[in-house]
Amino acid sequence: MKLSGWGRYPWIEAAGVSFETPEELAGYLKTSAAGIVHGLGRSYGDSALNEHVIFSRRFNKIIHFDDATGVVTAESGVTLAEIIATFLPRGWFLKVTPGTKFITLGGAIASDVHGKNHHQAGCFSECVLYFDLMLPGGNVVRCSRDQNRDLFLATCGGMGLTGVVLAAAFRLQPVKSAYIRETVIRCRNLHEVIDLFEENKSIDYSVAWIDCLARGDKMGRSVLMLGEHAKTGRKTPPPRPSLSIPMNLPGFCLNQYSVSWFNHFYYHRQPEFVSGRLVHLDPFFYPLDKINQWNRMYGRHGFTQYQFVLPKAAGRDGLRAILSRISAAGLGSFLAVLKLLGPKNENLLSFPLEGYTLALDFKIQPRLFPFLDKLDRIVLDHGGRLYLAKDVRMSEQTFKQGYPKWTELHRLRRSLNLITKFNSLQSKRLGV
Amino acid sequence: MQLLILGANSDAAGAVAAKFAATEKAGLYLASRDLDRLRNRAQDLAIRHQVNAEAIFFDATDYTSHQAFYQSLNPKPDGVVLAFGYLGDQELAQRDFAEAERIVAANFLGALSVLEVIAADFERRGHGFIVAFSSVAGERGRQSNYIYGAAKGALTVYLSGLRNRLHRRDVRVITVLPGFIRTKMTEQLNLPARLMAEPSEVAEDVYRAFRSGKDIVYTKWFWKWIMLVIKSIPEKVFKMLKL
Repeated sequence: MKLSGWGRYPWIEAAGVSFETPEELAGYLKTSAAGIVHGLGRSYGDSALNEHVIFSRRFNKIIHFDDATGVVTAESGVTLAEIIATFLPRGWFLKVTPGTKFITLGGAIASDVHGKNHHQAGCFSECVLYFDLMLPGGNVVRCSRDQNRDLFLATCGGMGLTGVVLAAAFRLQPVKSAYIRETVIRCRNLHEVIDLFEENKSIDYSVAWIDCLARGDKMGRSVLMLGEHAKTGRKTPPPRPSLSIPMNLPGFCLNQYSVSWFNHFYYHRQPEFVSGRLVHLDPFFYPLDKINQWNRMYGRHGFTQYQFVLPKAAGRDGLRAILSRISAAGLGSFLAVLKLLGPKNENLLSFPLEGYTLALDFKIQPRLFPFLDKLDRIVLDHGGRLYLAKDVRMSEQTFKQGYPKWTELHRLRRSLNLITKFNSLQSKRLGV
Repeated sequence: MQLLILGANSDAAGAVAAKFAATEKAGLYLASRDLDRLRNRAQDLAIRHQVNAEAIFFDATDYTSHQAFYQSLNPKPDGVVLAFGYLGDQELAQRDFAEAERIVAANFLGALSVLEVIAADFERRGHGFIVAFSSVAGERGRQSNYIYGAAKGALTVYLSGLRNRLHRRDVRVITVLPGFIRTKMTEQLNLPARLMAEPSEVAEDVYRAFRSGKDIVYTKWFWKWIMLVIKSIPEKVFKMLKL
């Protein structure tokens, strides 16, 4: 079958199998060629692609829920959307959630996803108590911070390269309502938004949409969104998706003029300051989940998301250098998101560093990759790195410089014979 | 409401169970041969929908066990979803009668045997409903799977008769005619994506039929029109087609 990541680039011909029990999976691993687990395919690039893939979606049972502590034990193919639909009406919500709920539990662990509260709550692995991991021989080991610690640290953020996550136990947070009290502040430039991020560090959730085509003293103008769980309100379940993009839009729909126009409109649509309005947490955390298959918006050639992080010390200068390159190149897009990240964790390949992360969507076109290569150099020069769950094109050297702990992962993969069984197009490209 | 799901390890049956648990808060008897997988499924449904879900061993082709199986259920179900079946291997079944027999047994004789036991109870109580999964393959025989088709066709005819018998006792019989469902059974087949139904879509269609009082439901809906066309081709022409 034809398979791609969320960016719809690249497409490959892949053979896939699915499993419903660990025994089925073990039987498959004994005879299979090297492959990678594929959940809902929401990582943007080629990290869940290979000629052979293992679909985890049918391995999706919830095993246990402790309503005193909020600990869920579930099989790795269960989706965050299912977790929310099940437990939000009972007053529980994810401690860490990325910008889409259509990912699997296994994917959340493998990418060690982060959310709008990273500066306080850290990555997804923070709420993971333990998981069971199947190794190439079909043997299963339990991994936690105390048990098989090296495998725990390698698997959280390890992009599926350390084996197959089976069941995992993770903690939810209690919430009093399904609503968020949101404050929206329009910022005229990069300085303003960064200052406001710092001032509002005590707020649970923060993220800024940023107009990456604005230049001069408007450079970095943005809309900062802050939120905290509301103390009152109903615990209504999330609404269903209402819109859908039925086919690829023609590629010419997105160009620097249409994007610039959209950004202008979006910026001025926001009032300068809104304080404490109530919004359901679904549109707050997952604005794009409302539109089914929004990835078709970028046309048939697909798109990529370029997400990097810069350490705090280098943040302002680095961001300015990169934003000026982007606005000059005229390649920018609607979805540019800026966020303050908290301290890094111990996992070998987790993305976040204390500093600023910027995520930008780009339509795939011939002049894009040489341009991104130039941005890579600026990111590395400032001590930053790129997010593996989004990446589809970085060089081996860029990866190895950004993630110095790759050598530990490589050693582990060699010693446990993981290299022969678990590979993705990305892992081959990056030489890990 | 208490619901008995026969063949509850199939993806479509799981989706129907989830739908009834979510909207009707139905208690579930999940019955099938693979008890380990069934227990996981029961636990999952119980946690998600806060209903009682019990895993029970059931073998569709062990006909003599059916009476005792049904006797053991307490309370008795208000509805039954019959979802077991076996696609089999057409070519093997042509050569080897044992395979043909398995196909007919799993798709037709097993259903007949257990439904007669249940129908007797529902008829006596004047209460209950039966939802049974047949197949569009039973609508007309095609060379690629006519043995499976014949078994499902027999099931469809059987259900029509059963409906006729139970109607005056207010017991409903709903015949579900799915086309292709995206499940483990069809995972390795190269089928056109546009024709595939997700198990959850099938469950929605089944539930809507249950609510609206339909007797026969095609899922997805367009199979009704596809099959209308296929059934209307004269045999003279049909026998020359490669289907």
